[in-house]
Amino acid sequence: MTIFEAVHQHAPMLTVLVPMLSAPIIMLFGNRQAAFAIALTASTTSFLLSLQMLLLVAQGGVISYHIGGWAPPLGIEYRIDAANAFVLIIVSSISTVVLPYARRSIADEVAARHHTLFYACYMLCFTGLLGVTATGDAFNVFVFLEISSLSTYVLVALGAKQDRRALSAAYDYLILGTIGATFFVIGLGMLYMATGSLNMVHIAQVLAEGESNRTVRSAFTFIVVGMALKFAMYPLHRWLPGAYTYAPSAVSAFLAATATKVAIYVVLRFIFSVFGIAEEFERNTVQYIMMPLAVVAMFAGSLMATFSLNAKTLLAYSSISQIGYMLLGITLLNSTGLTAGMVHLFNHALTKGALFLAVGAIIYRTGSALVPHMAGLGRQMPWTSASIVIGGLSLIGAPATAGFVSKWVLMQAAFEAGMWPIAVFVVLSSVIAVVYVWRLVEVLYLQPAPEGRSVSEVPMTMLVPIWALALASIWFGIDADFTVQASRTAAEALLAGGFGGEDATIMGTRGRP
Amino acid sequence: MEGGFETGFLLGHMNYWLFVILMMTGFYIVVARGNLLKKIVGLNIFQAAVFMLYISVGKISGATAPIITGNPDEVYSNPLPHVLILTAIVVGIATTALGLALIVRINESYGTIEEDEIQQHDLEQYDKDCARAEEAR
Amino acid sequence: MNDHHLILRVITRMLTGPILLFGLYVQFHGDYGPGGGFQAGVIFAVGFILYGIVFSLRDLRRLIPDWIIHKLVALGVLLYAGTGIVSMLLGANFLDYNPLAGTPIGGQHLGILLVEAGVGITVFAVMLAIYYAFAGRPPSLNDEDW
Repeated sequence: MTIFEAVHQHAPMLTVLVPMLSAPIIMLFGNRQAAFAIALTASTTSFLLSLQMLLLVAQGGVISYHIGGWAPPLGIEYRIDAANAFVLIIVSSISTVVLPYARRSIADEVAARHHTLFYACYMLCFTGLLGVTATGDAFNVFVFLEISSLSTYVLVALGAKQDRRALSAAYDYLILGTIGATFFVIGLGMLYMATGSLNMVHIAQVLAEGESNRTVRSAFTFIVVGMALKFAMYPLHRWLPGAYTYAPSAVSAFLAATATKVAIYVVLRFIFSVFGIAEEFERNTVQYIMMPLAVVAMFAGSLMATFSLNAKTLLAYSSISQIGYMLLGITLLNSTGLTAGMVHLFNHALTKGALFLAVGAIIYRTGSALVPHMAGLGRQMPWTSASIVIGGLSLIGAPATAGFVSKWVLMQAAFEAGMWPIAVFVVLSSVIAVVYVWRLVEVLYLQPAPEGRSVSEVPMTMLVPIWALALASIWFGIDADFTVQASRTAAEALLAGGFGGEDATIMGTRGRP
Repeated sequence: MEGGFETGFLLGHMNYWLFVILMMTGFYIVVARGNLLKKIVGLNIFQAAVFMLYISVGKISGATAPIITGNPDEVYSNPLPHVLILTAIVVGIATTALGLALIVRINESYGTIEEDEIQQHDLEQYDKDCARAEEAR
Repeated sequence: MNDHHLILRVITRMLTGPILLFGLYVQFHGDYGPGGGFQAGVIFAVGFILYGIVFSLRDLRRLIPDWIIHKLVALGVLLYAGTGIVSMLLGANFLDYNPLAGTPIGGQHLGILLVEAGVGITVFAVMLAIYYAFAGRPPSLNDEDW
């Protein structure tokens, strides 16, 4: 067996394992330069592996990997289908793009003695997000979720060198995040009581055979509410603006592009693959509670963004409204809606990643994130400013940007479901998005630069990641075949329920039953 | 027993009642207390309630600890919830340690660990930001 | 520096050894009965923390400096994951202990021993790291000022 075959056989495990190993190795070396090199290598490896897995499952089909040589439902299994391969790609690609940027940005924003620990925490957070996505075991989701959350709190608190409010933001996030995770565990406990299993496939089978009862329903509620706290569904979003505003710029970009997406994926997985939407209760919760909240989020988030003083707060509130779009697509409960949700998961990751990186670049040069302080930067930092315009257009959903594709599919889904008011809401909230994006553009291009301030463009290592994401959000706006096709496969895999059921391609060796 | 008050129902679900009481106590402390340290205490009670829920579920009446005794008729308690909760406890410890560390840092830079005072400081900071922004205009 | 009560100091000296011994027992008996790396790591750390509280944190820090603690945290995780990697290299799945020794049962014993050792080392180091982080800070209030 050649090394390539071996790597191929263990791909589902290695995707998570390589970043996980990189964190302690970084700690052992304890050297800043080595830490960066190790982190970047691990992140790239994991991106290549997840790309390979996406190609394997792109046409449908499921990969299963039995950890420890024990077959599920007894053993822990990693299970990859189109939906989570797609999310793995989002997480690993964003991480790989953000890391080179982080090197410069962190040197500026974080105390030098914390740099090694920063990379270790970053990789742990990355590991957690990948693990949540890859695993097919319900309790494993919780463990990885907490790995990523705990390291996220540390990463947010590292912003304290810039602004002490990072500390209180991290604390708020810690309290709310832990409550969310604990709710999730309560839900899992009830699910375990009702089914006697923790393997998602097995739980789905047991639930499908039996009658629905109160235990299952409350488990559903606890899991959905717990995860809603993690992905900042509208009334549970209090932690998000603070955390994204005061975290170091690279961290904001990474989190905004990945953390909420992964939490949304978990909800999707539980709603569609584990509980299934056949039951009245689950359908009603999704349609009559989550859908109105998604619509409210679209408007409230955009409005708050319009009145934000800090550019990062503006982007954070805009994230809340964009999460509303994703949730809206999902709650339509049809194949096109789910596709819209998945496409937007991807497109928003690119767009918001680019925007946060660009604003971070401005902070790197001017030292301020306040919108009025950005006056006249359009001339002084032309490349960074142009990328903000592209990102902004994509947030609005202007044609030939990624945001347009998601909104187009979302509108289609709304008409397919016969809910034309939803389509109107989408258009109206986009109009508010125009307002807050225009605020940025106006300050950047139409206002004169204050006298005596001369700033130059940021160095290449920062500009390239920004533009990689900005160009990607144009590319996937023009050539939407790949994203829409992958999302459609993912949506169909989710709607089929049961996480692929019994038949899966087993990678590695088959486990003992 | 129809319609009447059923003691069996109450006593039979004792572990759930205790879980609910403990959980809501913890949750209430987290929400209602303004002191950051007390919030962490509440969070711990909240999590402990969940641990107890899991562990009580693993209990089987008349069963012993799951150590092989050689007796084929021996009934064992379900060890799986214990293992799960061991993991959750470790996560809880990490959360507590991190929360306390954050409180120490907050105390060092704000000089207080009362939530409303911290908010007051943050608001003042925000006003300063507004003033700075006004200057730029 | 040593202002604790005589009885406290004598008892601590007597207890430290047995606590460490008990930690090791829990660690290595985890195969057959209740125990394992998590509990053992904590118990083992308690022995040191007790010493630090009653005698002197400074001496403890000289014995096990911070940088060793940080390396130990990483080392434990690496030992855990490394065991899994070795079983991968031997052609089995991640953390499948069977091929680690001649017989599957022997492999399982060896595997769980290594994994639990990794867990124990990390938990021990993390506990001490937490203790150092909090106890090592300069106090904002003096003991006499209460």
